[in-house]
Amino acid sequence: MSEESIISLKNVNKWFGDFHVLQDVNLEVKKKERIVVCGPSGSGKSTMIRCINRLEEHQEGSIVVDGIELTGNLKNIDNVRKEVGMVFQQFNLFPHLSVKENITLAPIWVKKMPKAEAEELAMRQLEIVKIPEQANKYPGQLSGGQQQRVAIARSLAMNPNIMLFDEPTSALDPEMIKEVLDVMVDLANGGMTMIVVTHEMGFAKTVADRMVFMDEGKIVEEASPDKFFNNPESDRTKLFLSQILHQ
Amino acid sequence: MNEVRKPPVATTGIIGWLRINLFFNWTNSLITLFVIYCLYQFIPWILDWTIFSADFKYNYLGEQITNQEMCSRNLDPENGGACWAVIYVRFYQFIYGFYPKVEVWRVNIAYAMLALALLPLLYAKLPYRKYFLYFTYIFPVIAYFLLNGGLGFTEVSTNKWGGLLVTLVLGCTGIALAFPIGIMLALGRRSKLPVISMMCTLFIEFIRGVPLITLLFFGMVMLPLFLPEGIDMDGLVRVLVAVTLFQSAYMAEVIRGGLQAIPPGQYEAAKSLGMSYWRMNLLIILPQAIRISIPPIVNTSIGLFKDTTLVIIVGILDLLGIGRGTLADTNWLGLSYEIYFFVSLVFFIFTFGMSRYSLYLEKKLKTGINMGAD
Repeated sequence: MSEESIISLKNVNKWFGDFHVLQDVNLEVKKKERIVVCGPSGSGKSTMIRCINRLEEHQEGSIVVDGIELTGNLKNIDNVRKEVGMVFQQFNLFPHLSVKENITLAPIWVKKMPKAEAEELAMRQLEIVKIPEQANKYPGQLSGGQQQRVAIARSLAMNPNIMLFDEPTSALDPEMIKEVLDVMVDLANGGMTMIVVTHEMGFAKTVADRMVFMDEGKIVEEASPDKFFNNPESDRTKLFLSQILHQ
Repeated sequence: MNEVRKPPVATTGIIGWLRINLFFNWTNSLITLFVIYCLYQFIPWILDWTIFSADFKYNYLGEQITNQEMCSRNLDPENGGACWAVIYVRFYQFIYGFYPKVEVWRVNIAYAMLALALLPLLYAKLPYRKYFLYFTYIFPVIAYFLLNGGLGFTEVSTNKWGGLLVTLVLGCTGIALAFPIGIMLALGRRSKLPVISMMCTLFIEFIRGVPLITLLFFGMVMLPLFLPEGIDMDGLVRVLVAVTLFQSAYMAEVIRGGLQAIPPGQYEAAKSLGMSYWRMNLLIILPQAIRISIPPIVNTSIGLFKDTTLVIIVGILDLLGIGRGTLADTNWLGLSYEIYFFVSLVFFIFTFGMSRYSLYLEKKLKTGINMGAD
């Protein structure tokens, strides 16, 4: 199984001070697989995906991404980050740069792409997320949904093999959630390996190959969406689903 | 149907402005009238003293003034105003100090070049700005050889420099050097490597905890002890080192304040795009942090520009020093109003310019950018 895994977490443990935030987490993700991670807040789901591109350090166990083990080795970390794109709850666009500059910055400075080529690439990415007309605006002039789509375009411009989404629609107004989810569905249909932390169960049912349910730092249940929603094994999952689906 | 309603007449235009701002109610009106009365008393008097009754080169008898006894206000205390002749006679010293007259064209060229070097910083829309900026970067080197000598120029020892020349050299060099050093210290203090962070913190706290005067004495007396034997450090350079160290400690703290205002998400986004520490800071973090810190950066810079007058206590004659020297001259005894007024005016012109520049920068950089909240 690990032969074809593109991401492999083995017995990962992490503490924030005395708080044991990840407890023996094991997860294997295959190429082109779409994983949706859900669970109550404080369950460690964000921390887990932030460990995958080393925004957080794990203290025990091993994380291997695309054949590279994440350790203190800075070169490995840089290489993993070039493979892995990430989209944040708060968008985290660079407010002092225009939309186009936000997207071209990393290709130009990290990948040493010529400026003209990077700008062409940026326009292509903006077409994909359906807002090419906003290229010269600043992030502060865009709506939340547009900002999040720019953030997705910015990550895609680095041509990653894996995309991590950390509650990408939680900070959005309801009418903007759909425009962001549509872009993510397109991305999933295009064959991107994705790990998505979200509470959007409709999205999960449409695109997920596998559901991962976390609680109190542990993976409680891992199942296909069909089994997960219709016939979950653990009582904790049932309780969570009943709360999230009938709110 | 919606009718377009205009605002009430009494709230628009000059009348409206006056009503809202100056005569809103009777206390407000009373304060306005009182201020107008004070201005009425003060403005004609100050204009009369500084301009209409003042001597510029000749006194009221039409004689050219060469000492304080010939000032109109000393000949006729009832009618005379300011005696600006002292500035006129000593103008050369105020601007150049004791720089040899034959070589003074070099200082004039340096002044002109300084203006040229500042031009691309002041006007972002200047055509060929890039090439002007290259000039700005090499200007300090040119200015050094021009003012100090070398490369075919006769050497003019710095103890002959004085007046505005010294004030500008200390102020500009101090501010320009302290900025990059301050950035490095601020980043160093926030570093995750404990040795670097401790060293930077120690340096900042030590320099900031010591009065500038002490640092100036320290530079004068102690710096030569740290140098290898036989190498003599120029007096002005020693002072410059002290001033730069002092300013960089303050600059570091100001920039650290800006760095702390940058949300952690900016670091995370930069890292997740594969940026190294230096790229992340140069491209993402510092541009935003410095933008936030413009008002305090200009504030400490203005502070330093004025604090350069302290060099008088280690025997270097800046603008104020030349003024005090002139006052000690028996020919010009008692003209302290004129001299301090002139010195203040020169300082004010420079510091007010800096303050306006900071407002312009803030306005320019804010356009279209919503910092902070989404």
